[in-house]
Amino acid sequence: MTDAAAQSPAAVKSRSFPRVKGGTVVMTLYLLFLMLPIYWLLSMSLKTNAEILGGFSLWPRDLTFANYITILTDEAWYMGYVNSMIYVVMNTVISLAVALPAAYAFSRYNFLGDKHLFFWLLTNRMAPPAVFALPFFQLYSSIGLFDTHIAVALAHCLFNVPLAVWILEGFMRGVPKEIDETAYIDGYSFGHFFVKIFMPLIASGIGVAAFFCFMFSWVELLLSRTLTSVEAKPIAATMTRTVGAAGVDWGVLAAAGVLTIVPGALVIYFVRNYIAKGFALGRV
Amino acid sequence: MQQKTTNHKAWFLVLPMLVLVAFSAVIPLMTVVNYSVQDTFGNNQFFWAGLEWFEEMLSDERMWNALQRQLMFSGIILAIEIPLGILVALNMPKSGFWSSFCLVVMSLPLLIPWNVVGTIWQIFGRVDIGLLGYTLDALGIHYNYTQDTISAWITIIVMDVWHWTSLVALLAFAGLKSIPDAYYQAARIDQASRWKVFRFIELPKMTGVLMIAILLRFMDSFMIYTEPFVVTGGGPGNATTLLSIDLVKMALGQFDLGPAAAFSLMYFLVILSISWVFYTVMVNLDKKGA
Repeated sequence: MTDAAAQSPAAVKSRSFPRVKGGTVVMTLYLLFLMLPIYWLLSMSLKTNAEILGGFSLWPRDLTFANYITILTDEAWYMGYVNSMIYVVMNTVISLAVALPAAYAFSRYNFLGDKHLFFWLLTNRMAPPAVFALPFFQLYSSIGLFDTHIAVALAHCLFNVPLAVWILEGFMRGVPKEIDETAYIDGYSFGHFFVKIFMPLIASGIGVAAFFCFMFSWVELLLSRTLTSVEAKPIAATMTRTVGAAGVDWGVLAAAGVLTIVPGALVIYFVRNYIAKGFALGRV
Repeated sequence: MQQKTTNHKAWFLVLPMLVLVAFSAVIPLMTVVNYSVQDTFGNNQFFWAGLEWFEEMLSDERMWNALQRQLMFSGIILAIEIPLGILVALNMPKSGFWSSFCLVVMSLPLLIPWNVVGTIWQIFGRVDIGLLGYTLDALGIHYNYTQDTISAWITIIVMDVWHWTSLVALLAFAGLKSIPDAYYQAARIDQASRWKVFRFIELPKMTGVLMIAILLRFMDSFMIYTEPFVVTGGGPGNATTLLSIDLVKMALGQFDLGPAAAFSLMYFLVILSISWVFYTVMVNLDKKGA
């Protein structure tokens, strides 16, 4: 990034001036396309239902926070966020805990069946949740975990553990092997070395993997909805509540939507340079 | 890449992960296999049905229609998102504040829960209260995604483009940034045209990440459920009933376990085999690059 930063202005200038302008136009249009629907959701969340249905307005004419207050004071609503948070955090912790040693093994050693195992992991990322919804429901019902946070957390491991292994393996590959060997010669045990020396070295990788586990667990609906009914009901499923006898409560629905965007928006800044690497499963 | 040592004890490091993934992947998959070869008259009494369900599903027009719609959907969104993603990546500021700004704004749609993505477009497209629907209506264009097939399709495709083009763009951008500046300087000395710079320098360097982008977009669009379900519910009629929507209807709605299980397995196999082709190409590219 650094040397590209130093040289690119010159490079851009000599590659014909109009392109820069064209680029700005393309980017402006694209970002506008991305922001418009989100703006509309935000604007609706600040309107009263009377205003939403009464006429068309580009921005809220009489600004109201009533929709947000409804959500933040009604237990049935805000518990949805709490439930989602609980299983998302559980899933992130479990995924990282099992993925760290596995990724280390893949990045450092050849062992029987390693390549097959690696591809098999990827196949789990390809499994349509729709295929697994019913079996999961029956599996967790039969062991008495239906409608608990841990059931959703474990179910999401289906796609998050492979993802975490792939991302972490990508980061671990970048750490020279000599570090491991030196540590062993110095008399570190494996556990001690891993926690005290190795993990700090790949801290950014762990952060990115955690972010991706968090995110994919947060955005998923089908499995979390199938596996819960009351106690662990996620916010995404709670949102169907807005469809009442009197029609849809658009204002509250929009406010609930806006609140689900907040957690992602808060952390995105920190991982902005690693998002591509994470999506590429650690392979960029 | 560094040389790896052979050590079969590494299995112990993989074991916890293996047990967990086996629990959440292999057991459910076996349940599906189990259902796919049995029939029931209720009361939890099952008997062997062999390949009956598979034959039934293969001769069932319903599945073929869903598959056809699915292939059309995945084909269209790939044809739009890949070129558009490349175009956006080429035009992104390379560094500085605006680069970060673009990265953050572009990532935003990726982090929105999928049902909320559906909700956003459901609202946005409504003729009475949505900006898009209202504007189109005001311009005199006939648009109604709940009743008109074409409108419904356009809505779910634009929604997917909105949701995921940034992913392609981010990957392509990461690929572009890895090109050393010397390449561009050489091109300038040779007075290469803009098109030639793209065709012979940027595109080859992006092939690896683009393969990943195509693989991911194919996989995810093939499994898509929540977003179109929220917007159209599979309608009007069955016009936007993609494979996952159909499957969930069959398994959780009608509780037709046998056919649904046979359907699931074939569905999974299609994804698996197409993805395997991409994966092999990707690994080969990786080897060539190394």
